[in-house]
Amino acid sequence: MSLPKVNAVIVGAGAGGGIVAKELAVAGLSVVLLERGGWPRYDEHNDDELWSQRTPALGNPFGPDDRRHRRVFVNPNGESRVVLPSEGDYGNNAGCVGGGTASYGAMAWRFMPQDFRMRSTYGDVKDSTLADWPVSYDDLEPYYEKAEYEVGVAGDYADNPFGAPRKKPFPMPAFPYNKEGRLIVATEKRMGLHPFPIPMLRNSVEYNGRPACIHMRSCVGYACPVNAKGGTHNTVLPIALATGNCQVRAGCVAAEIMVDDGGRARGVRYFDSDNRAREQPADLVVVSASATETARLLLNSKSRLFPNGAGNNNDWVGRNLQGHCYVGACGLLEEEIYEEAGPGATVAICDYSHGNPGLVGGGMLANEFIDLPYKFCGVRPPGEARWGKAHKDFQRRHYKRIVRIVGPWQEIPNFSARVTIDPAVKDDWGIPVCRLSGTRHAYDLQGGDFLSRKAEAIIQETGATRIWRNGPGLWLSGGQHQAGTCRMGDDPATSVTNRFGQVHQIDNLFIADGSLHVTNGGFNPVLTIMALAYWVSDYIKTGWKGSKFR
Amino acid sequence: MNPENPEAAAAGEPARVSRRTALKLAAVGVLGAAAGVGASAGLAHWGRAAPAPFRFFTGAEARLLIPICEQIIPRDDTPGATDAGVIHFIDRQICGPLARHQQSYRQGLASFRQACRQVCQADFEELSFDKQTEFLRRVEAGGTPKELWPGPSQQAFFNLVLDHTRQGFYGSPRHGGNRNYGSYQMMGLAYPNLIGRNVRDKGR
Repeated sequence: MSLPKVNAVIVGAGAGGGIVAKELAVAGLSVVLLERGGWPRYDEHNDDELWSQRTPALGNPFGPDDRRHRRVFVNPNGESRVVLPSEGDYGNNAGCVGGGTASYGAMAWRFMPQDFRMRSTYGDVKDSTLADWPVSYDDLEPYYEKAEYEVGVAGDYADNPFGAPRKKPFPMPAFPYNKEGRLIVATEKRMGLHPFPIPMLRNSVEYNGRPACIHMRSCVGYACPVNAKGGTHNTVLPIALATGNCQVRAGCVAAEIMVDDGGRARGVRYFDSDNRAREQPADLVVVSASATETARLLLNSKSRLFPNGAGNNNDWVGRNLQGHCYVGACGLLEEEIYEEAGPGATVAICDYSHGNPGLVGGGMLANEFIDLPYKFCGVRPPGEARWGKAHKDFQRRHYKRIVRIVGPWQEIPNFSARVTIDPAVKDDWGIPVCRLSGTRHAYDLQGGDFLSRKAEAIIQETGATRIWRNGPGLWLSGGQHQAGTCRMGDDPATSVTNRFGQVHQIDNLFIADGSLHVTNGGFNPVLTIMALAYWVSDYIKTGWKGSKFR
Repeated sequence: MNPENPEAAAAGEPARVSRRTALKLAAVGVLGAAAGVGASAGLAHWGRAAPAPFRFFTGAEARLLIPICEQIIPRDDTPGATDAGVIHFIDRQICGPLARHQQSYRQGLASFRQACRQVCQADFEELSFDKQTEFLRRVEAGGTPKELWPGPSQQAFFNLVLDHTRQGFYGSPRHGGNRNYGSYQMMGLAYPNLIGRNVRDKGR
């Protein structure tokens, strides 16, 4: 059933889509925002570790659900199996209003200028698709700032000599270090490193009508009970709704971008919350469904001019799936260091983000978020007993006496890590599902090993007695930091969109999420996704004034 | 949590039980658990015979699975998997969100029973605690005859029970395990987690 036409239909209410909805609605466009999940609710999963977005043993509290969604995962041996959203190989981020921002750890990193020029800075890496972005850090700087001020970031770069240049200070003061953080700061300073407080999309003081953080231990993986953690659901979307121009349709699952024979997007075909088939016509379509689901939607949108999916005539949609190669080190301490002050990660260094001799790229290192007891069962030195009395003893003795440093090694993109459409498996609505295949680039093993040794060196210096590293593995990446599947670029032969997120050859179809990332930085990517969403929105608004899309 | 002395348990005294007693308790765990133990007061019901009100497991399956879980997280001076109600957690969840594992349990437990009889010439429940540990290590390492495992491999089955036992022991009590937040007590963590009432180090 076709609905009255609107100016813009946006698919996905996460970090990207929430911002685009607000920008367009405030500019006066009529906007429909489709979101497959519901609005996040804190009360349903307070302090329930088995029902947390970080350890979804019994399901994803912030979606998607195991009942209706699935994917096919192909392991490095070529064996495929159907996987559910709560299983690791699904590579889930989230499926709710706010997307990952409803339950994330909320680190608010700007990428560094070199992160946009990886190919120019480091040259080619064999078997990779390493390239420069078509936009520079300077292009995005004002949009990073806008994200920091509108969603709200607490931070202080006074002690970070490697931080990307900024025109304005952070809108909120940084959070203090926790006990573990203070140990690490002292240690790193002794080593000549440059620790500083992690910038966070979380209120250190009351800001924009939302209160300051109350430091729940169950923070990462959970919604905030007082909305101190800023996501698109509790910052920009309320503004969008207040304009009267934006309608959020929760529980609506997009099936296809309707592209006409002339190569223009006509709108989106979807299933509403009662599973009725709907068509939402629009002047323009924005896809912000995450790197996996955005690619899937484009690939499932076949038309006369794009028989292999929207924007996919050069076979780049779904390619270069990347995330981060997370590595680190742990050490056991004699003294208790645990502090009941969530989320736990307070201190970082960027000393190894770039300029590592002989290496391409790098990564930030930070102390770890609080792990609750179930997840902590997996935090063990190699060879440690997994069960029996030894297991209990480890839990009792070391939970409060452990120091950890971890970080995201910047992955080298490769063409074979990809999202395709499975030829047989469909979801509950009959929509063909993602088929995930390939692995991260072999280079990441070398880089990740390097970064984990740097973390280990710091842990050693803290005086920890028993120390171990968590090195990299050769597996498909993506997950919560998924990116890269609809790369932006100046050359339509080697990219999916132009530098404004506009799909090549389909002028009224845009992408605004991590799919656009050419490379994914050595940082949590959310602030970059938000900055890009503002950047894409500005381009749409400018074109709209000239009636370019009507 | 002293099932032999509920008053002591109520007074917060740690249970002092011999290994032999613990074994006996593990053996009756299925019965006590089946009697509907869901709160501390219910501990007085330990040992009372009752039909097993499991959603999925047969009584025989539960009698086998309980000591496996107890091996994974045994009672010492703090509660173990049986005390925490891990069997109820697993039974409940595999009739819900973990339903995809039903066949793995049905086939895996049957294989486990066969493998134990063949390797140890006895049922697992009848073995001493240390012999149980020894056999379970063998299963974990894939060291029992592979042909006895037509369903899940022995390592896969072990890892499944290991993971679910941890979930039942450390997860929120609302899912059927972690009775009285016993694991949080063991780790010295405040519970339940009240909004805005967490204890922070103010001495910075």
